[in-house]
Amino acid sequence: MIDVSSALRVSFRALRVNKLRSALTMLGIIIGVGAVITMLAVGTGARRMIAAQIAGMGSNLIMILPGATTAGGARMGAGTQPTLSMGDADAIGKDASAVSDVAPVLGGIAQVVYGHQNWSTSIIGSTPSIFNVREWPIARGRTFSEQDVKTATKVCLLGETVINNLFGDTDPIGQIIRIKNVPFTVIGVLTPKGQSPAGQDQDDNIFVPVTTAQKKLFGTAFPGMVRIIMVKAKSAENMASAEKQINEILAQRHHIGAKQDSDFTVRNLTQIMQTAEQSAKIMTLLLGAIASVSLIVGGIGIMNIMLVSVTERTREIGIRMAIGAKTWDIRLQFLIEALSLSLLGGIIGIILGVSGSRALSMLAGWPTEVSPLSLALAFGFSGLVGIFFGFYPAYKASLLNPIDALRYE
Amino acid sequence: MALIDVKDITKVYRLGDTELRALDTINLTIDSGDFVAVMGPSGSGKSTFMNILGCLDKPTSGAYVLDGIDTARLSRDELASIRNKKIGFIFQGFNLLSRTTAIENCELPMLYAGIGVDERGRKALAALKSVGLEGRQHHMPNQLSGGQQQRVAIARALVNGTPIILADEPTGNLDSKTSVEIMELLVKLNNDSGITIMLVTHEHDIAAFAKRTIRFRDGRLVSDEAGTK
Repeated sequence: MIDVSSALRVSFRALRVNKLRSALTMLGIIIGVGAVITMLAVGTGARRMIAAQIAGMGSNLIMILPGATTAGGARMGAGTQPTLSMGDADAIGKDASAVSDVAPVLGGIAQVVYGHQNWSTSIIGSTPSIFNVREWPIARGRTFSEQDVKTATKVCLLGETVINNLFGDTDPIGQIIRIKNVPFTVIGVLTPKGQSPAGQDQDDNIFVPVTTAQKKLFGTAFPGMVRIIMVKAKSAENMASAEKQINEILAQRHHIGAKQDSDFTVRNLTQIMQTAEQSAKIMTLLLGAIASVSLIVGGIGIMNIMLVSVTERTREIGIRMAIGAKTWDIRLQFLIEALSLSLLGGIIGIILGVSGSRALSMLAGWPTEVSPLSLALAFGFSGLVGIFFGFYPAYKASLLNPIDALRYE
Repeated sequence: MALIDVKDITKVYRLGDTELRALDTINLTIDSGDFVAVMGPSGSGKSTFMNILGCLDKPTSGAYVLDGIDTARLSRDELASIRNKKIGFIFQGFNLLSRTTAIENCELPMLYAGIGVDERGRKALAALKSVGLEGRQHHMPNQLSGGQQQRVAIARALVNGTPIILADEPTGNLDSKTSVEIMELLVKLNNDSGITIMLVTHEHDIAAFAKRTIRFRDGRLVSDEAGTK
């Protein structure tokens, strides 16, 4: 039996002899592997972006919206009726065992003034647990306390965008800003968070105690009313039971019978985002599958050329057999040739795919991410293609009758 | 014991209903160190006979014992191994691998014998030297004359230390002067190294170099005589 290094040398020589043909054959695999890697990179990038957005929003997040008003038979949609209260939030916090944090939220858009700068931004009134629910750390300063909430202190925390627009280089902590002409002391600064899944700038926010928002900024006819309640479940496994507990507590508090429509809506945001992630995953698989087709077409190209090569080199095969090449010596020679074509094509394809993904992110602005797994997968797959499509020609070569092969012109 | 012992060998080709008897009960023994010229018109069965002797083909019936090994029951790969170790082939058309240097052509049989790269190079070079091709080892076949190509083929046939050389009209493509040189080389190998040579030829003056001449006609061995010279 021929040794491996000699077999490699024999095969490489044959590939070198037909340089253009070898290059064109490899091109099929190069394009296939490149396409697989680029497509997987696009898909993985999309998934990664969605995952980052989920993390940014806060994990295990449930939102409770007030119910719909029905005015003259026309139902007005979720959130049109002010039915949620601070009491609801407290009750959920106390009684729902699957819930870790509850943050009632009342907010609105208001004009904010500091010195001679002014800025219109969104004011969020809530409790300190909002920062746990949204998983949003304070960059500097402090968050407001339960005491601040109880006494409706006029303190606020600012998002990055607000600071940039109002303060510039000045340190905002300790400064007084006026929201709707009410003076507030800045006590803290939030870490930047970037865009929300919906494309909103999440750093264009001011946080104040919910009671202050109710009494000083967005007073309504219903004292203690809140716009929404944000809830964080203890874990992903607890999401369903948290939802159920919230429904039960609110139904009881709002005196809603089994047959009545509830006057609130519970939304599992994480679930929605997970659905989005799932669809991105399916997209990745789909793109990968389509790209794999080109890899298989490349493999057929290799098989085609190897069959031609076997026919062309019938006489050579005959000579090798006459002087003692065994079945597997011949098979190995042609298998290695096919495998070299596909693996070398695979390596060039990887380089092409990686630079293609980079180019896509740079030129088209798509988030792409080349995972090491996709590289290993594409390389392994191109090897398999080489073996699969190389085997038949090698097999055919090994079955030639040496007498006929020697006579072949 | 004879090196080659052929008993009642018959080779039958079936083409549809017609039966072609290419070889009809051939009996022959060849001792080690013999130099046999095989003659006969084309279609006489001598090529079929050589193919069987070369373990490239199997007889329909009969026994062929080569160096004590009964070849009838051997598999394809076992026959390949026998060819590799016992038989060196020389062809009319040289049958060197193109775009492959003389020394690499010479190394081929050792490649399939599993001999290491250093020993291959050393032995191939020695074989090329013994056929008078020193300094030509890195030439491609198309850079060599016909006679030189046939010398490379002879070196390749020798290199594994095979006891038998089967030469199928080795001088058929060569001019008479080169033919004589090649034949003298074969005679020298036969005399000096004791290599058994079977030589197919149409030409009497080539057959005259052999110690013994056998003739085929219509699939039968019709004559077997020593020293035609």
